[in-house]
Amino acid sequence: MTALLPALPAATLLWEETVPGGCHWSWTLPRGVTLRLTARGDGANLSLVLYNARQPLERYNMPDSLKSQHTAHYTRGHVLMSDMGRAMASITADSLGWHDPLGLLLDAGRLHDKYGEHAYQQHRNGMYRAGKDGLLIEIGKYGLTRRDLVAPVNFFSKVRVDGEGRFLFEAGHARAGHAVDLRLDMDVIVAVSAAPHPLDPRPDYAPAAVGISAWRSGPAAADDYCRTFRAEGGRALQLTDLYYPF
Amino acid sequence: MSATAICIQESPLDPARAIYSTVLPAGEPWLHEVKQGQTLRIVDLDGNQAADVIFYNRHDTDEHYSATDTILQQGGLYLTTGSVLASNEGRPMLTIVADTCGRHDTIGGACAAESNMVRYALNKKFMHSCRDNYLLAIQHSDSGLTKADLVPNVNFFMNVPVTADGDLKFDDGVSGPGKYVELRAEMDLWVLVSNCPQLNNPCNAYNPTPVQFLIWDTAGQ
Repeated sequence: MTALLPALPAATLLWEETVPGGCHWSWTLPRGVTLRLTARGDGANLSLVLYNARQPLERYNMPDSLKSQHTAHYTRGHVLMSDMGRAMASITADSLGWHDPLGLLLDAGRLHDKYGEHAYQQHRNGMYRAGKDGLLIEIGKYGLTRRDLVAPVNFFSKVRVDGEGRFLFEAGHARAGHAVDLRLDMDVIVAVSAAPHPLDPRPDYAPAAVGISAWRSGPAAADDYCRTFRAEGGRALQLTDLYYPF
Repeated sequence: MSATAICIQESPLDPARAIYSTVLPAGEPWLHEVKQGQTLRIVDLDGNQAADVIFYNRHDTDEHYSATDTILQQGGLYLTTGSVLASNEGRPMLTIVADTCGRHDTIGGACAAESNMVRYALNKKFMHSCRDNYLLAIQHSDSGLTKADLVPNVNFFMNVPVTADGDLKFDDGVSGPGKYVELRAEMDLWVLVSNCPQLNNPCNAYNPTPVQFLIWDTAGQ
């Protein structure tokens, strides 16, 4: 693994912004755009969920994606699939080798228990934010409710599972500069939170910012790596192609 | 945090005193109410069958079983005796009070026509599936449930270990004929079940079989 991904050609760049640590945002973006996610500090975490922009009842499905690809981690070649068997997004480049797909989210109770009360009244926009609430706010912008919140992908985090099923969080996994390219294979609503991973053992609430660069990649080409990395990912991409016949 | 390692515990409950008992053939759905304090037993009658189950708050179905809240709260992936099944509100929905199988899957999900196309071949799409069962059961119910509520389920009796390298394996079941799991309801529940009809996966030896459900009242114990 190289430490960094090659710089994006300026001509392909659509926009760039930075989500500050703990903060949340969302976008509606078309098929053929790739999001480059870049850790701006050590120990970054970006929780990300996807919904089909045309019909949000179709959404990212953790179990279908994991069991199809026989994986409990994501890296280059893996496809994020919907509950309808289609590729929603694919990881086309990755400097890190492991992103956590197990869907764990920091909620308000765990946030307060771990880091203490740090509310807006005292701290203004330095308040502590929970990843679950951040994603609920974002999907709420599209009429989606708590029943619709799916298990997210936690980019930049690594959680291993021991023989008895216990979680082992790998501290210090992502460093500043690590980056991953997530190609959007369908028109999607993307919601993110840069709040800490709930298993992050660091005692202080100090989530790193994450850079988001949207660039024009086009949809998966016929010889795309994600089509051949696993046959299942290839079929999911094929089913998305059928969904976009023109 | 409770343990996630296999923990075998037999039940003192007498099937003769159960207030409800039914055998669900392979490939059938089941949507049933279980009240707070009641105990639900699921029996893997012939062994290595997967019972795909989602739980909902009977009075507010936006509150559902949450695989991710459950595994985060217990610090590990597998369900066994002592596991508390948590909702998306972080509240306890059920507690596993007895378990002669010892390990149940939280992240394998339920089969669907669409995921069968991806996993096996595009021509598998007309085969029966768990999510068809779920949709059929909720379409015929007054539960108010819709596809949006078909969240990641528990696969009782299914063994889906994660390796140290982060791979997912579908191992032969740790279950066997007559093994059971017993759950005490911590709130009034809808229990939505598909008795899995998957024929493409060796985890049930390509032979889906019936499961049994028994319910005991608090007073009957």
